[in-house]
Amino acid sequence: MDELYRDQILEHYKRPHNFGHLESPDLEFEDTNPFCGDEQHVTIELDGDDKVAAIAFEGKGCAISTAATSLLTDELVGMSREELLKLPKDFVLELLGIEISATRMKCAMLGLKIVKSASLGTAAEWEDEGEAGDPAEAVADLGQL
Amino acid sequence: MEPVSAHSPTAAPFDLEKVRAAFPALEREVHGQPVAYLDSGASSQRVLASIQSVDRYERRHHSNVHRGSHTLSAEATEAYEGARATVADHIGAADRREVVFVRNATEAINLVARAWGDANVKAGDRVLLTEMEHHSNIVPWQQLAERAGAKIDWAPIDEEGRLDMDAFAVLLERGPKLVAVTHVSNVLGTENPIAEISRIAHEAGALVLADGAQSAPKLPLDMTELGVDFYAITGHKLYGPTGIGALWTKLDLLRELPPFLGGGSMIRKVTKEGTSFADVPARFEAGTPAITQAIGMASALRWLDSVGMDAVREHEEQVADYALERLADVPGLRVFGPPRGPGRLGPVSFEIEGIHAHDISEILDRHGVAVRAGHHCAQVLMDRLEIAATARASFGVYTTTEEIDRLVEGLEDARKVFGL
Repeated sequence: MDELYRDQILEHYKRPHNFGHLESPDLEFEDTNPFCGDEQHVTIELDGDDKVAAIAFEGKGCAISTAATSLLTDELVGMSREELLKLPKDFVLELLGIEISATRMKCAMLGLKIVKSASLGTAAEWEDEGEAGDPAEAVADLGQL
Repeated sequence: MEPVSAHSPTAAPFDLEKVRAAFPALEREVHGQPVAYLDSGASSQRVLASIQSVDRYERRHHSNVHRGSHTLSAEATEAYEGARATVADHIGAADRREVVFVRNATEAINLVARAWGDANVKAGDRVLLTEMEHHSNIVPWQQLAERAGAKIDWAPIDEEGRLDMDAFAVLLERGPKLVAVTHVSNVLGTENPIAEISRIAHEAGALVLADGAQSAPKLPLDMTELGVDFYAITGHKLYGPTGIGALWTKLDLLRELPPFLGGGSMIRKVTKEGTSFADVPARFEAGTPAITQAIGMASALRWLDSVGMDAVREHEEQVADYALERLADVPGLRVFGPPRGPGRLGPVSFEIEGIHAHDISEILDRHGVAVRAGHHCAQVLMDRLEIAATARASFGVYTTTEEIDRLVEGLEDARKVFGL
């Protein structure tokens, strides 16, 4: 079986959960994966305690971004806006349960970024993946290949 | 300064095996297989001749150019100005002073937008672009239009992905100051009729800038035949280093342009009261230039000339034609751009129903096949085609039909993974 494209990922890609949009959302946000131009639009309805009552997303994307947001949106009902803002990247990575390469990290994190931006009402600050290192060492490491 | 001689490549018959042997990176394996590098449209691999000349220069000849009377500075200056002459020769420039070294094609276009554009484009003026432009040939004009209060018109493409020349002629009647058009589309593989475009644009009183980022690695170039006013090329797509490109401009026109960046090398005299500027091309090369990279680019061009640009073009056409033939057999696959035939070069962009372009490229990578996925910095074109992204196979002088076969096998595997 393919490690990245395991059945769970493909299932969420082909039949994403919470797909569509809510008619009268309290929060919504749309953003793009600058890497490929894919867009997702998230709508959220809040209950009387300001917690997520319903959430939906729509947009066109790759298997990773679609499955990631599908899996993520399954988990968010009942959370407060503060809790949404505190969700770590690992929350999504654990839901995906697969190894995500640096080049696909933006795909995996698109939904989380939009959910956080929706809670804030403005684009969430987002640090890029990847760590600074010694370029000479990096090339030397590549030389081992 | 003397005019450079007309380019006279003495080409042996095209020997693909020998060509491939000139590219060390093709020895790389990716996921246990020799890399099938089908991403040369983004950045080509480097030819050994270029790598070696860069190494030689760095080890033995480096100093700053144009400023010292000592031996090393003279050698560096000779090598740098020799690189300029090589570029001029390769593109059929009448005079090597018409070549300004820049970082890349993007910077070349920005230079024109700033130096020529700010002086010549006023409120209400128009600039004519096409729907198939790369962002590098869109954004600088939008920024200029914003500064000047000018307007941008968009020449449409037809259903096959060629420029709609009738619509283009109609838009010319609006009297644009400039037509900025790509020579070869980085998505559709369309070769635009630049000589014809130049002729009718000039009749309408417009200047013409052609973006040669994709064409320079593939086509024999002759600035006089093309008839353009500005031409932009970049080194890293024609088997040389990154960080170097060139802007070609007719000498008379170049001399009319005000300076772009200010600093060292671009001056005649600086006093407390003001500055007078150097003649071209130095006027447009403020600061210490990318000497090493210019030498690397020139070596790549000399190597291309030794292969012969007519043969390079023929190889590109054959590979693109073979790719179009093979991809037609993949179920659910849709190609963007003109069908097989004259004027159809690479790249070949496509989508497969039910598999996103990113996932296609990810699965192909496991087969050692490198393609690009995304909007290819052509979002205006993506909107026109009503898609967000494509997968794109782009070719180089080293691309083989076996690599195209491996692309097709990889796509069949992708369909299997996605249960199609």
